[in-house]
Amino acid sequence: MSLLEVKGIKAYYGQIEALHGISFALAEGEITAVLGANGAGKTTTLRAICGMVRTTGQVMLEGENVVGMSTEKIVARHKIAHVPEGRGTFTRVTTEENLRLGAFTRRDKEIEQDYERVYHYFPRLKERRSQQAGTLSGGEQQMLAIGRALMLRPRIMLLDEPSFGLAPIITEELFRILAQINREERVSMLVVEQNANLAINISTTAYLLETGEVAMSGPAKDIMNDEQVRKSYLGY
Amino acid sequence: MDLFIEQTVSGIASGAIYACLALAVVMIYQAIDHFNFAQGEMAMFSTYIAWWMIDPTAGLGLPFIVAFFACIAVSFIGGAAIERIVFAPIANAPVLSHIIVFIALFSIFNSLAGFLFDFTPKQFMTPFTHDPLIEGIVSYHRAGMVLVTLVMLALIYVFFRYTPVGLAMRAAAAAPDSARLVGINVGMMLSLGWGLAAAVGAVAGMLIAPITFLTPDMMLGTLLYGFAGAVVGGLTSPFGAVVGGFLVGIVENLMGTFVVGSQLKLTVALVLIIVVLLVKPAGLFGRVVVKRV
Amino acid sequence: MTTTSMPGPMPAFLNENPKDRVRLLGVRLPLLERVLLWIMVVALCAAPLFADGYTVYEFGKVLMYALAVLGLNLLTGFNGQFSLGHSAFFAVGAYSTAIMMEMLGMPYWTTIVPAAAICFLSGFLFGLPALRLEGLFLALATFALAIATPQLLKFEGFDIGDGEHILSIAAITGGVQGKGLDTPYPPEWLNSIWLAATGDDLSVDRWKYMFTLIVVAIMFWGAWNLVHSRTGRALIAIRDNPLSAKTMGINTAIFKSAAFGVSAMYTGVAGSLFAIMDEYLAPESFTFAEAIKFLVGGVVGGIASLFGALFGGWFVLEIPNLADLMASSLADFINNPQGLTGLIYGLFLIFTVYVMPMGAAGLVQILVRKVADKG
Repeated sequence: MSLLEVKGIKAYYGQIEALHGISFALAEGEITAVLGANGAGKTTTLRAICGMVRTTGQVMLEGENVVGMSTEKIVARHKIAHVPEGRGTFTRVTTEENLRLGAFTRRDKEIEQDYERVYHYFPRLKERRSQQAGTLSGGEQQMLAIGRALMLRPRIMLLDEPSFGLAPIITEELFRILAQINREERVSMLVVEQNANLAINISTTAYLLETGEVAMSGPAKDIMNDEQVRKSYLGY
Repeated sequence: MDLFIEQTVSGIASGAIYACLALAVVMIYQAIDHFNFAQGEMAMFSTYIAWWMIDPTAGLGLPFIVAFFACIAVSFIGGAAIERIVFAPIANAPVLSHIIVFIALFSIFNSLAGFLFDFTPKQFMTPFTHDPLIEGIVSYHRAGMVLVTLVMLALIYVFFRYTPVGLAMRAAAAAPDSARLVGINVGMMLSLGWGLAAAVGAVAGMLIAPITFLTPDMMLGTLLYGFAGAVVGGLTSPFGAVVGGFLVGIVENLMGTFVVGSQLKLTVALVLIIVVLLVKPAGLFGRVVVKRV
Repeated sequence: MTTTSMPGPMPAFLNENPKDRVRLLGVRLPLLERVLLWIMVVALCAAPLFADGYTVYEFGKVLMYALAVLGLNLLTGFNGQFSLGHSAFFAVGAYSTAIMMEMLGMPYWTTIVPAAAICFLSGFLFGLPALRLEGLFLALATFALAIATPQLLKFEGFDIGDGEHILSIAAITGGVQGKGLDTPYPPEWLNSIWLAATGDDLSVDRWKYMFTLIVVAIMFWGAWNLVHSRTGRALIAIRDNPLSAKTMGINTAIFKSAAFGVSAMYTGVAGSLFAIMDEYLAPESFTFAEAIKFLVGGVVGGIASLFGALFGGWFVLEIPNLADLMASSLADFINNPQGLTGLIYGLFLIFTVYVMPMGAAGLVQILVRKVADKG
């Protein structure tokens, strides 16, 4: 049983149908990339999984269809952490308070320890732990957003364009850390990216979306080597 | 000079009430971007409930302290319930609809108080006395008003800063979508916020009733000062709201005594609100929220 | 989706161009609407002949309230701005008339036009600064205006010693004691006609109604023309998209303030009529409770509709009667019936927002459309 399986989902913004029946699966322990141009429906897909947009079809998390469930319930029940586009950090509270919020649904006593785990991956955050999150740089806020997601002790992490607006040197470091988290914490990841190179490099499987439908899918290496894809999305 | 000091101190005492109302207004504004025009009427109604609990003939004859806390609890639950029942269903409706519903609540609470408890002014007791603490300047009750307000504000501050729920409420108000993504039930946070605001309002009502006597129109002008305090302090800052409330109390008293006479105090509040919103909409401590046209 | 100066999307009823309504409804309906209109006109004109004096007087108050509500409708429905403070302009109209009658000795009917001008000016002047505030903040400013007004009306002036005061408003408004007005007797020539036709003198009550009918009819006709004029279209353009309106060369600020002035003028003239009909004014008639009544009339009647204003005016005056009825039939259980009116107002407001956002006028429109579809 896949951790996450999406079957024929359609998503709607008001009357507009943004996804026209998408199906894919996320294999446990892997990183899967979702690629496509602007407006292809990548963000909408992540939102549909988390119940943030009106959806029909099936979103199976651990065998349970969560379509129609409220976002907070999905998050709590299935330990699925969504790092939204634009980071979604709480800018007016401190870095550590952001992490604390990530652990909101947890009732165990190891929350304090987990701060250290996050700081292990992102040492820069530790320096800034008492600073207001809004004062952090773009790259640091992205790290904080991922760190906050980690605090949930998630089984699945959804990441929406983590490279957005960041310099290449930072995004390389970021994706290296993502791969590390995937290995060490056994967190399965679904990474949505316009920057296909970055995503494919750490992914096992990739899906290509075009105007709300899956245009291509397969092992990441194959997608990367496909000539059409290379021309349209990878630029060579 | 004596008069000046006396009026300033007196202004701080009334400012305590305005600070409470200003805080309640800002708490709800932070959560839902709307003004609760019915805040004063809700506070007044809470005070009537407290009166009923205390009064031995018409009501339960409970001791003041029991009624005080019971009233706070009831108001908290009532405020949360109103949010769930009346406002949650229209959460996505346009501003106009919300304003209409707030005015509806205003009318309902105002009438309900008179309907259930009649319109004659009632005496409301104070646990402090009306005897002077400092001769000619401030009575025990007025000093008590300031004390209770400060204690309550301190409790609320601690709640928001140092408890997980308080943190969650702040997060839900600031960024509801992100809050959901960490598992926070934003709707429930809203209800809690409303409940707290109603509780704060209830305290304000119970503090001012001994002075103004309990009538259904008791909070009309007071709410306006509360709004003025919130605007002056900055609508995005609870701390600012409190400071604003005290400032308005002082200014109102001083202007009333030395400049315009007691009969134009409400006009002063009106002018203050308009001028601040036009000239410095962020108030003293708030941030300007840019509304995209 | 049009953007507006208020945060959040506008409700469907405010997006409608009232002119479109007539076009949308197909061929039959302008006829139906026109027939209804003529029936209503005939009924209103015939009323003084058939009903007794008191009922006619009550009709007059309905018309007056409808006019006040129309003022609010013009502002909100057609221009997207919101005011909780129209009780203040109601007061301005009422006291203008009273003061002109008492201090300048003007006959009551000559005070209407100057009072209208004064109200327009006061609305315009208030609007200039206030309309730079958007939606919710404008509501707050007008809320403050409504609450400050009764106190302002009673202001006894600045104390300059020896019990003397300057700039006293109470001196001209009569302060707490109130102000009496002269009775508006019907003109002699009309009385002669009536006497000849019916054998009785024309009663003051009936004449008050007729006078009110004339003024209100003229004002409604004016509003109709305004809505369908180029100015009206400009106002709607500003409502729907202030930024675009500006780029089209419409001076938004002046238009908005003028719209506020017109709205204040309508409610203010209603205030003048109020003064003339009641022959007595007291500051307690101009509290926030009055502003609530206008709001109820507007919302329940249908806030973008001229006809809605009529229904709303009627509705607002019927509720106290209904409340009295309920109070007397449940007399055993109810101690304080005065509270019932406000309670019912509030409940109807909530009901309307949830169930009938377009108010009664919208309901009629839906029914009428259904009739057209079937035919």
